[in-house]
Amino acid sequence: MDMRRDIYQAIADPTRRAILTLLTIGAMTPNAIAGHFGSSRQAVSKHIHILAECGAVDQAQRGREIYYQLNLDKMKEIDHWMEAFRKLWETRFNQLDNLLIDL
Amino acid sequence: MTNNFVFEPDLAAKKIHIVRDFNAPIEKVWKAFTDPNLLDKWVGPKPYTAVTKIMDFTVGGIWLYAMVSPEGQKRWVYAKFTAIENGSAFSSTGMFCDGDGNPVTAAPKSYRDTKFSSIDGNRTKVDMVITFEEESTIKMFVDGGFKEGTAMGLNQLDELLASE
Repeated sequence: MDMRRDIYQAIADPTRRAILTLLTIGAMTPNAIAGHFGSSRQAVSKHIHILAECGAVDQAQRGREIYYQLNLDKMKEIDHWMEAFRKLWETRFNQLDNLLIDL
Repeated sequence: MTNNFVFEPDLAAKKIHIVRDFNAPIEKVWKAFTDPNLLDKWVGPKPYTAVTKIMDFTVGGIWLYAMVSPEGQKRWVYAKFTAIENGSAFSSTGMFCDGDGNPVTAAPKSYRDTKFSSIDGNRTKVDMVITFEEESTIKMFVDGGFKEGTAMGLNQLDELLASE
């Protein structure tokens, strides 16, 4: 796995976001995913490859087919950082409340 | 009294919308957001402290401050003011800094629009929109040049210990 890739690169592209949204319904084959997009199968395949490198999706072999599914734990990383950012502002504003009382 | 805190990330739009009411008149809240002596008192989330080095609150001017960790380690935060409507709104561009506080102009930027309005009861609403150039850099901005994730963790631990 390319260590330079992280979950933020997974969501940095509109097609990849659309693929992730699609996979919230359930695991899908690359062909089924590609069927939802106007772009070429190769282009979609490249996005799926990046999503896999970012750890946003996992693949599972079912019979002769490869299915891709969301890696929910990895997707939670974004929530985790957003939560840290929310907490930062919440903490700042609470500190500001105290300052305004004395102003 | 509720402070109506809103924090809405819209990652697809590369925006975070933050709203908060303050129980003080608009002049005081404006001052707290623009006067470096006051900013230093609330911008650093405990146990971090903020120390302003340069504050030139004019269009084209900058605010350069250091987030100082409890161990005394400094991380610089840089913002350039791009628009000011005195007493009601200002916009700024955030940039990453090197270890000496010089902005890295080639690095991704963030943009912040902050608006102030008077609300009932001599209170003030602050409405802020932070826009990122690239989603993949949101984490870097969230890091804010320092490990606030860790800081938050410690705060939570403090709260937990206090409640025991």
